[in-house]
Parts: sequence; C-alpha cells; structure tokens
Amino acid sequence: MSIIVENITKYYGSYQALTNINLEIESGELIALLGPSGSGKTSLLRIIAGLEQAENGNILFNEENYTHKHVKDRNVGFVFQHYALFRNMTIFDNIAYGLKVRPRKIRPSKKEIEQKVIELLQLVKLEGYKERYPSQLSGGQRQRVALARALAVEPNILLLDEPFGALDAKVRKELRRWLRRLHDEFNVTSVFVTHDQEEAMDVADRVVIMNEGKIEQVGTPEEVYDHPINPFVYDFLGSVNLFKGNVQQGKLVSGNVEMNAPDSEDGVSTGYVRAHNFIIEREASGNDSIASNIDHIHSLGAIVRIEVIRQDTNEPLEIELTKEQYTLLELKKGERVFVRPKELRVFVDYMAGI
Amino acid sequence: MEQDHTVVAKTNGPVIMTKNATKEPKLIQWILISIVLLFLTLFLVVPLIAIFVKAFEKGADAYLAAIAHPDSLAAIKLTLIVVLITVPLNAVFGVVAAWTITKYDFRGKNFLITLIDLPFSVSPVIAGLIFVLLFGLHGALGTVLQSLGLKVIFSIPGIVIASIFITFPFIARELIPLMQSQGTSEEEASLTLGAGGFKTFWYVTLPNIKWGLLYGVILCNARTIGEFGAVSVVSGHIRGMTNTMPLHIEILYNEYQFSAAFAVASMMSIFAIITLIIKSIIEWKTDFKSTKAS
Repeated sequence: MSIIVENITKYYGSYQALTNINLEIESGELIALLGPSGSGKTSLLRIIAGLEQAENGNILFNEENYTHKHVKDRNVGFVFQHYALFRNMTIFDNIAYGLKVRPRKIRPSKKEIEQKVIELLQLVKLEGYKERYPSQLSGGQRQRVALARALAVEPNILLLDEPFGALDAKVRKELRRWLRRLHDEFNVTSVFVTHDQEEAMDVADRVVIMNEGKIEQVGTPEEVYDHPINPFVYDFLGSVNLFKGNVQQGKLVSGNVEMNAPDSEDGVSTGYVRAHNFIIEREASGNDSIASNIDHIHSLGAIVRIEVIRQDTNEPLEIELTKEQYTLLELKKGERVFVRPKELRVFVDYMAGI
Repeated sequence: MEQDHTVVAKTNGPVIMTKNATKEPKLIQWILISIVLLFLTLFLVVPLIAIFVKAFEKGADAYLAAIAHPDSLAAIKLTLIVVLITVPLNAVFGVVAAWTITKYDFRGKNFLITLIDLPFSVSPVIAGLIFVLLFGLHGALGTVLQSLGLKVIFSIPGIVIASIFITFPFIARELIPLMQSQGTSEEEASLTLGAGGFKTFWYVTLPNIKWGLLYGVILCNARTIGEFGAVSVVSGHIRGMTNTMPLHIEILYNEYQFSAAFAVASMMSIFAIITLIIKSIIEWKTDFKSTKAS
C-alpha cells in the first residue's frame, strides 16, 4: 500500500513541529525517517498512523484520502519505542488482542486465532513464552512481541517509532536485520523512525532526512551519503571535517591551505570532507597539503581513527584509515604529517553575511 | 528496606562499608518506634477498646437490643442506602475525571484538579450549608423543587448529595497519579490494533487501574459511612427517617443512652476495621504485583 503525505503542517501550541511536509512512499518500501531529536520525525509517523491530527494537509493510502479516518480503521501496525505491551495480559493475549477485539462478523474463530498466534510466536522465536507476562521478558523479547502483535492484524502499513532505541547495541543489530526480513516476508510498506544513521543506512530502501520540521533530503542510503545536498545532511551522516574559508576563483582558501573547488561560487564558504577521504603523507605534495601533528590514535578493529591538529589554525581533524594503510605508514603519536583531502564538497555559507 | 538487606546478604567480599546511610543507630530507632507505638495506643487502641467496653457495659442483651431498636436499624439501613448510591456514582465520576485529566491535553487542567480537591479544603459544615441554601425552602432552587413536589433538604436526596460532594475526590485522587504514571501508550497500541474507545477502556485501562480503583472505592466508602458534618446540616435529624449512623449515635449520646450510643458506634468501628483489613489486603496485593513486575 502506497503512502502519500501532502503538505502536512503540525503545531504544538505555538511551536511548529512540521512545516509543509511532502513525501511519497511506494508500496512495499522500507523507509527510514532519520533526524536529530526534535526534528519532527515521530510527529510525522504518528500523523501517518492517525494517532495525531495535522493542522493542514492530507494523508493518502493507495491514493485514497485517509486524513480524517480514525486510527482504528486505518489498519496500520504500530510499534512503540517502549513496547507498550499490555501489562495485564500474557504474551499470547497480547498478540491475540487485535484479532479478539474485532467485531463479531469479521472475527476469526478461537481456534484460528490460536493458530495465528502460535505461528507468530514461532516467527519471533518466543514459542515457550506465551504464558508469561511482559514484565518477565527482556527488552529485545518485548519488542519482538510488540512486532508480532502489530503483524497479527495483517496490516498494510507497518509504522515503527524508534523501535530499537531502548535496546543494547548487540540486540539492536540483530533485530534490525530481522525487521528487514519480516518486512520482505510480510509484503508490507514500512516506515520507521530513528536517530541512528547507521541503523537507517543499514536497513532502509530509502532514507528521509529531517531537521527542524522539514525534510532535508530523500534518497537511497548511497545517494544521501555520497551526494548530500546540503551542509546539514553532510554533517548529520557520518563524521565529517569542516574547513571554514573563502572561495576565490575556484579555490577554497582556509588557513594556509588552498583546495580545489572548481564549481563553487566565490564567497564565504565551508568545505566538507569525510573522515575516510584523507591521504596522510610525510611530505607536502601541493597547496592542499595541510601540515598537522598527530594528537591521538585510536586503533580498534578494522578502522583506525586518527586525530590530528592543524598547524595553521590549531583546529582538530578526524581521519579514518584502514588498518593496512595505517600499518604501512607506521604513524606515531606527536609526529608531524601532511594531510590531503581526497574529496571535498563546498557549500556557500548563506548565513555568513547575516 | 528489605531489599537493601538482601543485597547486602548477597554481595560477597567486604560488606563492612555497605552500612546504609539512612539508618540511624539502634537506640534512636527504638526511641522513635516507642513514641509511635505509645501515640497509637493512646489515641487509637485505647479509645477503640473503650467503645466496645462501654457498648457491652450493660451486657450482651442490652447491646443487641440497642442495635435491634427500630431507630438504630433505620439508621444502619439509611447509611447503607447512601453508600450504595454514593460510592458507585463517585466511582464513575472518579474514573471519568481521572481519564479526562490524564489522557487529554487541554487548557485549565490544573484548575480542574484544584476543583476536584475542593471538598478536602472546604469544611463539611459549610458544604452542608451550601446545599441548604441551594435546595432549601427559601433557597435558589428550593421553590422550583417544591413546585415539582420534590424534597431534597431534610430527606434522603439531600444526604446523598452532601455525601457525594464530600467523598468525590477520593477515587479521582487515587486514580490520577496512577494513570499519569501509566501514560497513554497502551491505549494507543489498542487503538492501532483496531479496538474502539470502549473496548480499549474495558480491556486495557480498567485492568490496569483496578487495584487503585478498589482502593479509592474503599476510602470513599469509609468516608461516606462516617461523614457527619455535611450530612448533619442537611438531614434535619428526623429519627428513624433521616438519621445516618453517626447522627443516630450523637442523638443517643445526647439523650444519655450511653451504652446504646456506644453499641451503634461499635458497629461503625467494625465496619471501619473490616475496611482497614480489605485495604491492607489490596495494598499487599498491589505490592506483590509491582515487585513481581520489577
């Protein structure tokens, strides 16, 4: 089922949580709403679910206007950050709930409900837990129950609000893989909210990056990572180094360094370089070589993080090398090196003149 | 406190340092406990014993006769009628008020909470007077009621209204913090699963608040039985007609029928003790549930 979000605007009192949001989600897609806290991503999800009403705009499911439809009639599965399991019911009753409360005409028989619940329990690998209460389960198990409960009513749309936010790192990773599998298996359209960029990039077909109640960019994980359209997206995804300076005749001048920026307009600008887009050398090889001192080396796992301090501006830079590159260079703390950006993206500072 | 002990017992190694900072020396503990016990004996246990001693002063026969007296029976019956009307109404009101305050966001919410607390701060006698002024013969609504042939003041409806006024905060006050701490996410989950408002309330909200509700009902019940001030003003003290148990006790006492007065008082004390026992059971139950949950 496709979802169309049309011109959605939402206020909380005088605070504008969402401003003219437009978004099209195709049937069967898995979409991540990604943004810092307060960016409006949860509000948007709750408006799609019908748990909240927007002041303005429309929500369309399969091109049918659902804006004023009640939550209970939207047939969406909703998974809450803090699980929201019914504490007074067993796991079995939690999962069966959506089927049990159906009007008698469309309610499955007791036997069918039981069979369905057992199937779902197997799917979430909690067969042995059906008589337990939510309080007797771990966080990861509870969230699996919450997912099974949402899937029991066979929703067309699955909405997840920071589903793994309250879980520890290992369980998170496991569950998000598993969410991807369930999404494909159940043939639903899914939207999940997260502030964890790694999680969004890892699972989603497309990522919607939000900030201050607006959508900054929509695209596949590769698109938004490799071609961020503005400084916010650049800054938000992955670790990035900023070079504040001036563009003159296709060169960004920052401190004592000149970097090529052929397509940029002249003026006050900021250059953005990802941590893994640097070359470290012992000798200067051009105007864009930045003389720096190595301040810190964190060598853990396959990636080695190196913090250097620029000699001209005393600003720190964060650089990531692979273990091989690092071993070849034989870098030592305190050593003087030259750092050269491989890939630079320049954005004009519109705010600079103000 | 008990949990602290188990933690200490379980930790191996040096436990010398785990002395609880909030624990006083033994001597102070004993002094404080003695003060509390002495106080309770003096102001609670002794009077309670005195009631029963006084009640049985003239023997069990006199005791039974005092209670079986038509006026006493009428007072007991009236009290029960008032309880049966007041408590269910206030239970409904309490749930509705708590639901409104905790599940919706609206302007003037704090003002509403203050209003609910009003009966706690207004003297019961004044509350009674308000209703006399409102519904009495010369009151604002009195003439209208009289032309309709309805009598509120100096009859059962007045007593019920006064009791409702005095006891309505009990249940709402019990439920509001409980429902606030539980939040609305379970209700939201229920709605997204296709359940309507009533089913959500019945299957999700009500089971979650049932112990708190019962606790509130018991407090409300105890207060309704015991309410004197407001009821005294509106009842008119018509013997065998508009006397509740506390009013009846007062009349008997004023007529120097001490053992009869204490006999009825002992009945009320028994009600109170039963209520206390039920309350403790509920507290123990909820405590058990919450420790199981955590």
